[in-house]
Amino acid sequence: MRARRLAGIRQHATAARRLDVVARMSFPTITTAALLLLLAAPLGLPGQAQWQQAGALCCVFFWGLFRPASMPPLAVFLLGVLADLLDYAPLGLTVLTFLLAYGLALRWRRGLTRLGFLLVWFAFISVAVASAALEWAATSLLSFHFLPVGDALLEAGIAIGLYPLLAIGLTRAHQTIADPDLA
Amino acid sequence: MIRLSIPFRQALSKLTLPVLIAGAFGLLLLGKADTVVMQRARMALADVLAPVYGLLSEPLSSVRNGVDNIRHLFTLYEDNARLRQENERLRQWQAAAQALDVENTALKANLHWIPDPAPSYVTAHVVADAGGIYARAVLLSIGPGTPVVKGQVALDDRGLVGRVTELGSRSARVMLITDISSRVPVVLENSRAHAVLVGNNGAHPRLMFWPEGSPPVEGERVTTSAEANAFPAGLPVGVVHYTSGKVAELVPYAQLDRLEMVRLFDYGMRGVLPPEATSSKPGSEVKK
Repeated sequence: MRARRLAGIRQHATAARRLDVVARMSFPTITTAALLLLLAAPLGLPGQAQWQQAGALCCVFFWGLFRPASMPPLAVFLLGVLADLLDYAPLGLTVLTFLLAYGLALRWRRGLTRLGFLLVWFAFISVAVASAALEWAATSLLSFHFLPVGDALLEAGIAIGLYPLLAIGLTRAHQTIADPDLA
Repeated sequence: MIRLSIPFRQALSKLTLPVLIAGAFGLLLLGKADTVVMQRARMALADVLAPVYGLLSEPLSSVRNGVDNIRHLFTLYEDNARLRQENERLRQWQAAAQALDVENTALKANLHWIPDPAPSYVTAHVVADAGGIYARAVLLSIGPGTPVVKGQVALDDRGLVGRVTELGSRSARVMLITDISSRVPVVLENSRAHAVLVGNNGAHPRLMFWPEGSPPVEGERVTTSAEANAFPAGLPVGVVHYTSGKVAELVPYAQLDRLEMVRLFDYGMRGVLPPEATSSKPGSEVKK
Protein backbone atom coordinates (compact mmCIF):
# COMPACT_ATOMS: atom_id res chain seq x y z
CA MET A 1 0.00 0.00 0.00
CA ARG A 2 2.90 2.25 0.88
CA ALA A 3 4.44 1.48 -2.52
CA ARG A 4 1.27 2.52 -4.27
CA ARG A 5 1.27 5.81 -2.39
CA LEU A 6 4.88 6.44 -3.30
CA ALA A 7 4.06 5.82 -6.94
CA GLY A 8 1.70 8.74 -6.71
CA ILE A 9 -1.47 6.79 -7.13
CA ARG A 10 -3.97 7.80 -4.53
CA GLN A 11 -6.98 5.73 -3.67
CA HIS A 12 -10.30 7.39 -4.35
CA ALA A 13 -11.40 9.08 -1.14
CA THR A 14 -14.77 7.52 -0.54
CA ALA A 15 -16.79 8.50 2.51
CA ALA A 16 -16.04 5.16 4.14
CA ARG A 17 -12.33 5.58 3.59
CA ARG A 18 -12.36 9.11 4.95
CA LEU A 19 -14.20 7.86 8.01
CA ASP A 20 -11.57 5.15 8.38
CA VAL A 21 -8.78 7.73 8.22
CA VAL A 22 -10.50 9.92 10.83
CA ALA A 23 -10.98 6.91 13.11
CA ARG A 24 -7.32 5.93 12.77
CA MET A 25 -6.18 9.53 13.31
CA SER A 26 -8.28 9.88 16.46
CA PHE A 27 -7.25 6.50 17.89
CA PRO A 28 -4.45 7.88 20.14
CA THR A 29 -6.58 10.65 21.67
CA ILE A 30 -9.65 8.49 22.19
CA THR A 31 -7.76 5.58 23.74
CA THR A 32 -5.90 7.95 26.08
CA ALA A 33 -9.17 9.57 27.17
CA ALA A 34 -10.69 6.10 27.64
CA LEU A 35 -7.70 5.09 29.76
CA LEU A 36 -8.19 8.19 31.94
CA LEU A 37 -11.88 7.43 32.44
CA LEU A 38 -11.21 3.74 33.08
CA LEU A 39 -8.59 4.47 35.72
CA ALA A 40 -10.98 6.91 37.44
CA ALA A 41 -13.46 4.03 37.91
CA PRO A 42 -13.63 2.34 41.32
CA LEU A 43 -11.13 -0.43 40.57
CA GLY A 44 -9.66 -0.30 44.04
CA LEU A 45 -6.06 -0.32 42.80
CA PRO A 46 -3.55 0.96 45.33
CA GLY A 47 -2.35 4.40 44.22
CA GLN A 48 -4.96 4.56 41.50
CA ALA A 49 -4.67 8.34 41.04
CA GLN A 50 -0.99 7.84 40.28
CA TRP A 51 -1.80 5.09 37.78
CA GLN A 52 -4.18 7.44 36.03
CA GLN A 53 -1.71 10.29 35.66
CA ALA A 54 1.19 7.99 34.82
CA GLY A 55 -0.74 6.03 32.18
CA ALA A 56 -1.89 9.17 30.39
CA LEU A 57 1.63 10.65 30.53
CA CYS A 58 3.03 7.49 28.88
CA CYS A 59 0.44 7.75 26.09
CA VAL A 60 1.01 11.48 25.53
CA PHE A 61 4.78 11.00 25.36
CA PHE A 62 4.56 7.95 23.11
CA TRP A 63 2.22 9.53 20.57
CA GLY A 64 4.08 12.85 20.72
CA LEU A 65 7.21 10.95 19.80
CA PHE A 66 5.91 8.53 17.20
CA ARG A 67 2.76 9.99 15.70
CA PRO A 68 2.24 13.64 16.72
CA ALA A 69 0.01 14.21 13.70
CA SER A 70 -2.58 11.96 15.34
CA MET A 71 -2.29 13.68 18.70
CA PRO A 72 -2.24 17.43 18.05
CA PRO A 73 -1.37 19.86 20.88
CA LEU A 74 -5.03 20.79 21.29
CA ALA A 75 -5.88 17.15 22.00
CA VAL A 76 -3.10 17.04 24.60
CA PHE A 77 -4.55 20.20 26.16
CA LEU A 78 -8.04 18.70 26.35
CA LEU A 79 -6.71 15.42 27.76
CA GLY A 80 -4.96 17.45 30.45
CA VAL A 81 -8.20 19.26 31.30
CA LEU A 82 -10.02 15.91 31.54
CA ALA A 83 -7.28 14.50 33.78
CA ASP A 84 -7.40 17.57 36.01
CA LEU A 85 -11.18 17.46 36.35
CA LEU A 86 -11.12 13.73 37.15
CA ASP A 87 -8.21 14.06 39.51
CA TYR A 88 -9.29 17.13 41.51
CA ALA A 89 -5.81 18.53 40.90
CA PRO A 90 -5.43 22.30 40.47
CA LEU A 91 -6.98 22.81 37.03
CA GLY A 92 -4.30 23.50 34.43
CA LEU A 93 -1.45 21.72 36.18
CA THR A 94 -1.78 18.37 34.41
CA VAL A 95 -2.44 20.32 31.21
CA LEU A 96 0.91 22.00 31.70
CA THR A 97 2.82 18.78 32.47
CA PHE A 98 1.25 16.94 29.54
CA LEU A 99 2.05 19.81 27.15
CA LEU A 100 5.65 20.03 28.38
CA ALA A 101 6.13 16.26 28.05
CA TYR A 102 4.60 16.43 24.58
CA GLY A 103 6.81 19.38 23.65
CA LEU A 104 9.92 17.47 24.74
CA ALA A 105 8.79 14.42 22.77
CA LEU A 106 8.38 16.60 19.68
CA ARG A 107 11.79 18.17 20.18
CA TRP A 108 13.54 14.83 20.63
CA ARG A 109 11.53 13.19 17.89
CA ARG A 110 14.10 13.41 15.13
CA GLY A 111 16.95 11.85 17.10
CA LEU A 112 15.07 9.56 19.42
CA THR A 113 12.81 7.65 17.04
CA ARG A 114 15.85 6.29 15.21
CA LEU A 115 17.38 4.98 18.42
CA GLY A 116 16.51 1.77 20.21
CA PHE A 117 13.74 1.29 22.75
CA LEU A 118 16.07 1.46 25.74
CA LEU A 119 17.18 5.01 24.95
CA VAL A 120 13.59 6.12 24.39
CA TRP A 121 12.78 4.68 27.79
CA PHE A 122 15.70 6.52 29.38
CA ALA A 123 14.40 9.74 27.84
CA PHE A 124 10.95 8.98 29.21
CA ILE A 125 12.38 8.36 32.69
CA SER A 126 13.67 11.94 32.76
CA VAL A 127 10.30 13.23 31.55
CA ALA A 128 8.39 11.21 34.17
CA VAL A 129 10.63 12.35 37.02
CA ALA A 130 10.51 15.98 35.88
CA SER A 131 6.72 16.02 35.50
CA ALA A 132 6.13 14.37 38.89
CA ALA A 133 8.50 16.90 40.47
CA LEU A 134 6.74 19.78 38.71
CA GLU A 135 3.31 18.56 39.83
CA TRP A 136 4.49 18.08 43.39
CA ALA A 137 6.13 21.51 43.59
CA ALA A 138 3.23 23.35 41.98
CA THR A 139 0.57 21.59 44.09
CA SER A 140 2.57 22.31 47.24
CA LEU A 141 2.86 25.94 46.24
CA LEU A 142 -0.81 26.30 45.33
CA SER A 143 -2.12 24.62 48.49
CA PHE A 144 0.41 26.24 50.85
CA HIS A 145 1.28 22.81 52.24
CA PHE A 146 4.50 20.86 52.11
CA LEU A 147 3.00 17.75 50.49
CA PRO A 148 4.35 14.23 51.06
CA VAL A 149 7.12 13.45 48.55
CA GLY A 150 6.19 9.75 48.56
CA ASP A 151 3.12 10.36 46.39
CA ALA A 152 5.24 12.06 43.71
CA LEU A 153 7.88 9.33 43.82
CA LEU A 154 5.19 6.68 43.44
CA GLU A 155 3.76 8.52 40.44
CA ALA A 156 7.17 8.71 38.73
CA GLY A 157 7.88 5.07 39.57
CA ILE A 158 4.59 3.85 38.15
CA ALA A 159 5.09 5.90 34.98
CA ILE A 160 8.60 4.51 34.48
CA GLY A 161 7.47 0.94 35.07
CA LEU A 162 4.32 1.27 33.00
CA TYR A 163 5.95 2.77 29.92
CA PRO A 164 7.57 -0.42 28.53
CA LEU A 165 4.32 -2.35 28.99
CA LEU A 166 2.19 0.32 27.35
CA ALA A 167 4.78 0.84 24.62
CA ILE A 168 4.41 -2.79 23.48
CA GLY A 169 0.70 -2.34 22.89
CA LEU A 170 0.98 1.18 21.54
CA THR A 171 3.77 0.25 19.09
CA ARG A 172 1.58 -2.49 17.68
CA ALA A 173 -1.34 -0.06 17.39
CA HIS A 174 0.98 2.53 15.86
CA GLN A 175 1.89 0.11 13.08
CA THR A 176 -1.63 -1.19 12.51
CA ILE A 177 -4.91 0.38 13.57
CA ALA A 178 -3.55 3.86 14.29
CA ASP A 179 -1.87 4.15 10.90
CA PRO A 180 -3.98 6.31 8.57
CA ASP A 181 -1.93 5.10 5.57
CA LEU A 182 -3.47 1.69 5.96
CA ALA A 183 -7.00 3.04 5.54
CA MET B 1 -9.79 16.97 5.15
CA ILE B 2 -7.36 19.85 4.64
CA ARG B 3 -3.99 18.58 3.52
CA LEU B 4 -1.13 20.71 4.78
CA SER B 5 2.47 20.36 3.77
CA ILE B 6 4.74 18.85 6.40
CA PRO B 7 6.88 21.99 6.99
CA PHE B 8 3.75 24.09 7.33
CA ARG B 9 2.23 21.62 9.73
CA GLN B 10 5.42 21.63 11.77
CA ALA B 11 5.46 25.42 11.85
CA LEU B 12 1.85 25.44 12.96
CA SER B 13 2.53 22.97 15.74
CA LYS B 14 5.52 25.07 16.83
CA LEU B 15 3.17 28.00 17.17
CA THR B 16 0.26 26.23 18.84
CA LEU B 17 2.27 24.55 21.60
CA PRO B 18 3.53 27.77 23.27
CA VAL B 19 0.07 29.30 23.00
CA LEU B 20 -1.49 26.26 24.68
CA ILE B 21 1.19 26.24 27.40
CA ALA B 22 0.29 29.87 28.08
CA GLY B 23 -3.35 28.71 28.15
CA ALA B 24 -2.46 26.13 30.82
CA PHE B 25 -0.95 28.90 32.96
CA GLY B 26 -4.13 30.90 32.37
CA LEU B 27 -6.23 27.95 33.58
CA LEU B 28 -4.07 27.67 36.70
CA LEU B 29 -4.62 31.35 37.49
CA LEU B 30 -8.32 31.12 36.73
CA GLY B 31 -8.66 28.06 38.96
CA LYS B 32 -7.00 29.89 41.82
CA ALA B 33 -9.03 33.07 41.29
CA ASP B 34 -12.46 31.55 40.78
CA THR B 35 -12.87 28.31 42.71
CA VAL B 36 -16.64 28.29 42.29
CA VAL B 37 -16.50 27.89 38.51
CA MET B 38 -13.92 25.11 38.85
CA GLN B 39 -15.98 23.27 41.44
CA ARG B 40 -19.02 23.55 39.24
CA ALA B 41 -17.14 22.13 36.24
CA ARG B 42 -15.80 19.27 38.37
CA MET B 43 -19.14 18.39 39.89
CA ALA B 44 -20.81 18.58 36.45
CA LEU B 45 -18.38 15.91 35.21
CA ALA B 46 -18.82 13.96 38.45
CA ASP B 47 -22.61 14.10 38.03
CA VAL B 48 -22.25 12.46 34.61
CA LEU B 49 -19.79 9.83 35.78
CA ALA B 50 -21.20 8.96 39.22
CA PRO B 51 -24.16 6.89 37.93
CA VAL B 52 -21.89 5.06 35.46
CA TYR B 53 -19.31 4.28 38.10
CA GLY B 54 -22.15 3.37 40.46
CA LEU B 55 -23.23 0.67 37.99
CA LEU B 56 -19.63 -0.47 37.57
CA SER B 57 -18.87 -0.57 41.28
CA GLU B 58 -21.25 -3.43 42.00
CA PRO B 59 -19.62 -6.08 39.78
CA LEU B 60 -16.19 -4.74 40.72
CA SER B 61 -16.86 -5.06 44.43
CA SER B 62 -18.24 -8.58 43.96
CA VAL B 63 -15.00 -9.50 42.17
CA ARG B 64 -13.03 -8.03 45.06
CA ASN B 65 -15.17 -9.90 47.59
CA GLY B 66 -14.60 -13.12 45.65
CA VAL B 67 -10.84 -12.61 45.80
CA ASP B 68 -11.11 -11.84 49.52
CA ASN B 69 -13.12 -15.00 50.09
CA ILE B 70 -10.45 -17.11 48.40
CA ARG B 71 -7.78 -15.46 50.53
CA HIS B 72 -9.82 -16.07 53.68
CA LEU B 73 -9.95 -19.79 52.88
CA PHE B 74 -6.22 -19.99 53.51
CA THR B 75 -6.39 -18.24 56.88
CA LEU B 76 -9.50 -20.06 58.06
CA TYR B 77 -7.87 -21.78 60.99
CA GLU B 78 -6.15 -18.70 62.45
CA ASP B 79 -9.24 -16.55 61.80
CA ASN B 80 -11.38 -19.01 63.71
CA ALA B 81 -9.09 -19.05 66.72
CA ARG B 82 -8.86 -15.26 66.74
CA LEU B 83 -12.61 -14.84 66.39
CA ARG B 84 -13.31 -17.27 69.23
CA GLN B 85 -11.01 -15.26 71.48
CA GLU B 86 -12.57 -12.00 70.38
CA ASN B 87 -16.03 -13.43 70.93
CA GLU B 88 -15.15 -14.32 74.54
CA ARG B 89 -13.90 -10.81 75.14
CA LEU B 90 -16.94 -9.21 73.50
CA ARG B 91 -19.30 -11.39 75.56
CA GLN B 92 -17.77 -9.90 78.70
CA TRP B 93 -18.13 -6.44 77.24
CA GLN B 94 -21.72 -7.12 76.28
CA ALA B 95 -22.57 -8.00 79.88
CA ALA B 96 -20.80 -4.85 81.07
CA ALA B 97 -22.54 -2.70 78.45
CA GLN B 98 -25.97 -4.07 79.36
CA ALA B 99 -25.40 -3.36 83.04
CA LEU B 100 -24.15 0.15 82.25
CA ASP B 101 -27.09 0.76 79.94
CA VAL B 102 -29.57 -0.11 82.67
CA GLU B 103 -27.71 2.07 85.14
CA ASN B 104 -27.50 4.92 82.63
CA THR B 105 -31.23 4.77 81.93
CA ALA B 106 -32.00 4.81 85.67
CA LEU B 107 -29.68 7.76 86.27
CA LYS B 108 -31.09 9.71 83.33
CA ALA B 109 -34.62 9.06 84.59
CA ASN B 110 -33.64 10.40 88.01
CA LEU B 111 -32.03 13.49 86.53
CA HIS B 112 -34.93 14.28 84.17
CA TRP B 113 -32.43 14.12 81.30
CA ILE B 114 -33.53 15.73 78.03
CA PRO B 115 -32.56 13.23 75.32
CA ASP B 116 -30.68 14.43 72.24
CA PRO B 117 -32.89 14.42 69.16
CA ALA B 118 -32.03 11.51 66.88
CA PRO B 119 -30.25 12.97 63.85
CA SER B 120 -31.66 12.22 60.42
CA TYR B 121 -29.36 10.61 57.92
CA VAL B 122 -29.17 9.29 54.38
CA THR B 123 -26.99 6.42 53.22
CA ALA B 124 -25.03 6.73 49.99
CA HIS B 125 -22.82 4.49 47.89
CA VAL B 126 -19.16 5.41 47.49
CA VAL B 127 -18.65 5.18 43.73
CA ALA B 128 -15.10 6.36 43.20
CA ASP B 129 -11.99 7.74 44.76
CA ALA B 130 -12.09 11.50 44.26
CA GLY B 131 -8.84 12.45 45.90
CA GLY B 132 -6.30 12.46 43.13
CA ILE B 133 -2.64 12.26 43.99
CA TYR B 134 -2.43 14.99 46.60
CA ALA B 135 -5.78 14.76 48.38
CA ARG B 136 -7.92 12.15 50.10
CA ALA B 137 -11.60 12.22 49.20
CA VAL B 138 -14.35 9.96 47.89
CA LEU B 139 -17.20 10.51 45.46
CA LEU B 140 -20.71 9.52 46.50
CA SER B 141 -23.60 8.82 44.21
CA ILE B 142 -26.77 10.47 45.50
CA GLY B 143 -30.17 10.48 43.90
CA PRO B 144 -31.48 13.83 42.68
CA GLY B 145 -33.52 15.49 45.37
CA THR B 146 -31.70 13.75 48.24
CA PRO B 147 -31.43 16.22 51.11
CA VAL B 148 -27.65 16.55 51.23
CA VAL B 149 -25.94 19.82 52.05
CA LYS B 150 -22.33 20.90 52.28
CA GLY B 151 -20.77 20.38 55.67
CA GLN B 152 -22.73 17.24 56.50
CA VAL B 153 -20.85 14.69 58.53
CA ALA B 154 -20.07 11.33 56.93
CA LEU B 155 -19.67 8.16 59.00
CA ASP B 156 -19.27 4.54 58.04
CA ASP B 157 -20.41 1.70 60.29
CA ARG B 158 -17.42 2.17 62.59
CA GLY B 159 -16.56 5.84 62.85
CA LEU B 160 -16.01 9.28 61.40
CA VAL B 161 -15.15 9.44 57.68
CA GLY B 162 -15.18 13.14 56.85
CA ARG B 163 -17.37 15.95 55.64
CA VAL B 164 -19.20 16.82 52.43
CA THR B 165 -17.18 19.54 50.71
CA GLU B 166 -18.58 19.66 47.18
CA LEU B 167 -22.04 18.97 45.98
CA GLY B 168 -23.48 18.28 42.54
CA SER B 169 -26.98 17.24 41.62
CA ARG B 170 -26.21 13.51 41.51
CA SER B 171 -22.92 13.32 43.35
CA ALA B 172 -21.20 14.60 46.44
CA ARG B 173 -17.54 14.72 47.34
CA VAL B 174 -16.53 13.85 50.89
CA MET B 175 -13.15 15.01 52.13
CA LEU B 176 -11.69 12.34 54.39
CA ILE B 177 -10.17 13.02 57.80
CA THR B 178 -6.83 11.86 56.37
CA ASP B 179 -6.72 14.69 53.79
CA ILE B 180 -3.85 17.08 54.24
CA SER B 181 -6.15 20.07 54.71
CA SER B 182 -8.53 18.32 57.12
CA ARG B 183 -8.66 19.60 60.71
CA VAL B 184 -11.02 17.97 63.18
CA PRO B 185 -11.43 19.15 66.78
CA VAL B 186 -11.32 16.05 68.99
CA VAL B 187 -11.48 15.00 72.64
CA LEU B 188 -9.15 12.43 74.21
CA GLU B 189 -11.60 10.22 76.03
CA ASN B 190 -9.66 9.42 79.24
CA SER B 191 -8.32 12.87 80.07
CA ARG B 192 -11.16 14.81 78.37
CA ALA B 193 -8.44 17.00 76.92
CA HIS B 194 -9.08 18.74 73.61
CA ALA B 195 -6.79 18.28 70.63
CA VAL B 196 -6.82 18.77 66.87
CA LEU B 197 -6.66 15.92 64.40
CA VAL B 198 -4.49 17.00 61.47
CA GLY B 199 -4.64 15.06 58.19
CA ASN B 200 -1.38 14.28 56.42
CA ASN B 201 -2.55 12.35 53.32
CA GLY B 202 -1.28 9.17 54.98
CA ALA B 203 -3.38 6.43 56.55
CA HIS B 204 -2.91 7.78 60.07
CA PRO B 205 -3.62 11.48 60.76
CA ARG B 206 -1.66 13.19 63.52
CA LEU B 207 -2.87 14.50 66.86
CA MET B 208 -1.70 18.01 67.72
CA PHE B 209 -2.27 20.90 70.10
CA TRP B 210 -3.26 18.97 73.22
CA PRO B 211 -2.94 20.90 76.52
CA GLU B 212 0.33 20.56 78.35
CA GLY B 213 0.27 17.85 80.97
CA SER B 214 -2.33 15.62 79.32
CA PRO B 215 -0.68 13.96 76.36
CA PRO B 216 -2.59 11.29 74.43
CA VAL B 217 -2.08 7.79 75.84
CA GLU B 218 -1.41 4.82 73.59
CA GLY B 219 -4.70 3.03 72.85
CA GLU B 220 -6.87 5.91 74.15
CA ARG B 221 -10.19 6.41 72.38
CA VAL B 222 -10.65 9.67 70.51
CA THR B 223 -14.02 11.23 69.76
CA THR B 224 -15.11 14.44 68.06
CA SER B 225 -15.56 17.62 70.03
CA ALA B 226 -18.21 20.22 69.40
CA GLU B 227 -15.61 22.94 69.80
CA ALA B 228 -15.73 24.77 66.46
CA ASN B 229 -19.36 23.78 65.90
CA ALA B 230 -18.33 21.79 62.88
CA PHE B 231 -19.00 18.35 64.37
CA PRO B 232 -21.32 17.15 67.14
CA ALA B 233 -19.56 15.91 70.25
CA GLY B 234 -18.91 12.26 70.83
CA LEU B 235 -18.63 10.71 67.36
CA PRO B 236 -16.08 7.88 67.45
CA VAL B 237 -12.95 8.78 65.46
CA GLY B 238 -10.22 6.28 66.37
CA VAL B 239 -7.56 5.24 68.84
CA VAL B 240 -4.23 6.86 69.69
CA HIS B 241 -1.10 5.18 68.44
CA TYR B 242 2.49 6.35 68.88
CA THR B 243 4.91 5.85 66.01
CA SER B 244 8.46 4.68 66.63
CA GLY B 245 9.43 8.36 66.38
CA LYS B 246 7.16 9.25 69.36
CA VAL B 247 4.64 11.06 67.18
CA ALA B 248 1.04 10.79 68.36
CA GLU B 249 -1.06 9.44 65.51
CA LEU B 250 -4.60 8.22 65.26
CA VAL B 251 -5.72 4.90 63.82
CA PRO B 252 -9.19 5.71 62.47
CA TYR B 253 -12.06 3.36 63.26
CA ALA B 254 -13.51 3.94 59.80
CA GLN B 255 -12.16 1.72 57.04
CA LEU B 256 -11.08 4.65 54.93
CA ASP B 257 -9.22 2.57 52.34
CA ARG B 258 -12.22 0.43 51.53
CA LEU B 259 -15.30 2.56 51.93
CA GLU B 260 -18.38 1.15 50.23
CA MET B 261 -21.22 2.99 51.91
CA VAL B 262 -21.36 6.00 54.17
CA ARG B 263 -24.11 7.61 56.17
CA LEU B 264 -24.47 11.38 55.85
CA PHE B 265 -25.83 12.82 59.08
CA ASP B 266 -27.75 16.01 59.29
CA TYR B 267 -27.11 17.50 62.68
CA GLY B 268 -29.39 20.39 61.89
CA MET B 269 -26.47 22.80 61.43
CA ARG B 270 -27.29 24.44 64.75
CA GLY B 271 -24.45 26.80 65.44
CA VAL B 272 -22.49 25.37 62.54
CA LEU B 273 -20.76 27.94 60.40
CA PRO B 274 -22.34 28.59 57.00
CA PRO B 275 -21.36 25.70 54.75
CA GLU B 276 -20.21 28.04 51.98
CA ALA B 277 -17.64 29.55 54.32
CA THR B 278 -16.38 26.16 55.49
CA SER B 279 -16.55 24.34 52.19
CA SER B 280 -13.32 25.56 50.66
CA LYS B 281 -11.19 24.65 53.65
CA PRO B 282 -13.21 22.59 56.07
CA GLY B 283 -12.05 22.90 59.60
CA SER B 284 -9.81 25.84 58.83
CA GLU B 285 -11.74 27.78 61.41
CA VAL B 286 -10.21 25.66 64.14
CA LYS B 287 -6.67 26.54 63.16
CA LYS B 288 -5.43 28.87 65.83
